[in-house]
Amino acid sequence: MEKFENVSGVAAPMPLINIDTDMIIPKQFLKTIKRTGLGVNLFDEMRYDSEGNEIADFVLNQPAYRNAEIIVAGDNFGCGSSREHAPWALQDFGVKVVISTSFADIFYSNCFKNGILPVVLPKEAVDALMDDAQKGENARIAIDLENQTVSAADGEEYKFEVDAFKKHCLMNGLDDIGLTMQKVDAIDVFEAKYGESMPWI
Amino acid sequence: MSASKTIYDKIWDTHLADEADDGTCLLYIDRHLVHEVTSPQAFEGLRLAGRKVRAPEKTIAVPDHNVPTTLDRVNGIDNEESRIQVEALDKNAKDFGIHYYPVSDVRQGIVHIVGPEQGWTLPGMTVVCGDSHTATHGAFGALAHGIGTSEVEHVLATQTLIQKKSKNMKVEITGSLRPGVTAKDITMTIIGETGTAGGTGYVIEYCGQAIEELSMEGRMTVCNMAIEGGARAGLIAPDQKTFDYVKGRPHAPSGADWDKAMAYWVTLFTDADAHFDKVLTIKAEDIAPSVTWGTSPEDVLPIDAVVPAPSDFEDGKVDAVKRSLDYMGLKAGMKLTDVEIDTVFIGSCTNGRIEDLRAAAAVLKGHKIKDGMRAMVVPGSGLVRAQAEEEGLADIFKDAGFEWRMAGCSMCLAMNPDQLAPGERCAATSNRNFEGRQGRGGRTHLLSPAMAAAAAITGHLTDIRTFDGAA
Ligand code: SF4
Repeated sequence: MEKFENVSGVAAPMPLINIDTDMIIPKQFLKTIKRTGLGVNLFDEMRYDSEGNEIADFVLNQPAYRNAEIIVAGDNFGCGSSREHAPWALQDFGVKVVISTSFADIFYSNCFKNGILPVVLPKEAVDALMDDAQKGENARIAIDLENQTVSAADGEEYKFEVDAFKKHCLMNGLDDIGLTMQKVDAIDVFEAKYGESMPWI
Repeated sequence: MSASKTIYDKIWDTHLADEADDGTCLLYIDRHLVHEVTSPQAFEGLRLAGRKVRAPEKTIAVPDHNVPTTLDRVNGIDNEESRIQVEALDKNAKDFGIHYYPVSDVRQGIVHIVGPEQGWTLPGMTVVCGDSHTATHGAFGALAHGIGTSEVEHVLATQTLIQKKSKNMKVEITGSLRPGVTAKDITMTIIGETGTAGGTGYVIEYCGQAIEELSMEGRMTVCNMAIEGGARAGLIAPDQKTFDYVKGRPHAPSGADWDKAMAYWVTLFTDADAHFDKVLTIKAEDIAPSVTWGTSPEDVLPIDAVVPAPSDFEDGKVDAVKRSLDYMGLKAGMKLTDVEIDTVFIGSCTNGRIEDLRAAAAVLKGHKIKDGMRAMVVPGSGLVRAQAEEEGLADIFKDAGFEWRMAGCSMCLAMNPDQLAPGERCAATSNRNFEGRQGRGGRTHLLSPAMAAAAAITGHLTDIRTFDGAA
């Protein structure tokens, strides 16, 4: 996984609440056996009509947002299925940060495994950043993971919380499995003891 | 720290393999269920890193999402991408030596139905699957939840999952259900109360008289939709019904192991004064047969209600409701029982078990579906299908005009050819009514199997309490 670098750029506003993983990447694109190439189908059914033509007023089809690296979204972003294709599609499109008041659990953790930072902020902050996002290229938003801040166009700074371990992995581009493999002795010991007390498992 | 624990606390403590100084935990996983859609990249990752599956004997795979459910599927899968995905699972199961139920096996079915049916799911276990409806297995008093593909790879390689503990939430359903009200109505009503994010950060324990009175099938239906309420998992304390269900299943313990297992299982209850961070209590008598009207599972109302207006809501929900009414082609103020249906889908890991088919067949018996109605029943597993045939349910469905399909996820998410056309309106016993879920532009109303059957007959959403079959 690549290291997460600080981001400063245009944010696409998506004020809709409960944006689910079926919207982020519809099921017909889950048939792939690869992780890559899903960016063109990100938000497919909102982004293209049934003939495959772009729907002009969808935010990511507008000139200002075609290369957005940030999304500011309504509450409960990423609800629905566990499909990691959702963060794969976001990542492939070039999205590095999603800001919302809340995220669904599995989507939230899937983001970190794919170099995407989901930022949870209080409603007032998300509302203010949404206003910025609506201004397109006239307002840039900056995210600093090390200091855990989001800076709005007017310089207003919002602090966010992030789990220390997840932050460490993201900043250093670390792969969880490699880290857990270093604890294989502890797992061996646990498994042996556990297997003895629960022989039917 | 208080000595009193919830079931979740107990299972968590028993499975804690390692805890780092920063509080990051490794949770040991007892059962890892795998299906074809969320696993190919994980196996590929193992291959690239030269890793093997740490505990193949605890890993079970079954194709379900992509498989056709038509009778001719023995001839192979037409859609090339679906076929490649299923073939990849065939190969991965073989190469890595994990338990496997191929499409040709009568035990094949939806992973969350196969696990309990085969006795892989047992009380007190940790169960994961690259699928959000893994919560289903919580019905056995197991800690069961969905994971992403990177986590699938992590569990395959290490038999552990990196986790932070969730908070405890209690949902109590007091008293008994009224006639016509089912487990599906309980779980939908809860989501209507909490919203789709109400359970975020929590593991829910469902309890109370109405939950105790449910069969194991009904309990699975309740836990199945814990994820629709945002919860990490939902679970129910095991009791005699649980033990009776498990006993004698192919992979359940027997002999001395059974006794040892029982000694542990009977400790799986929440201590009297254990702490819950959030509590919701609902009276069973207040729960009505329910149906969704919008495009989020929280958009749920009693069947005798009317379609709400955007102005009935606040904040971001106002625009969301405008959008969903537009998508659903519904007008505020319209009676839900006036909503006409084109298609009925009975199946899925929510309501694809034998009890669900019995409930639907009981309504259908002696009736025909409305002219022009497309109706299909897709049993949750090959064994459910066989049992339904033996009990004569299949004939009831067929006589009524339903298509009698092979097992799989089918129109629950429409990855296979079972899809809605744009604008087509479906009464479905599945769990998600998202835009496009059952096919681009398709409109979904979630409800119980009995209500789905009634809708197939009348051609519109129907209150099962007043349905007399004459309509
Ligand atoms: S039946 Fe539906 S919800 Fe259940 S596992 Fe299959 S696709 Fe997912």
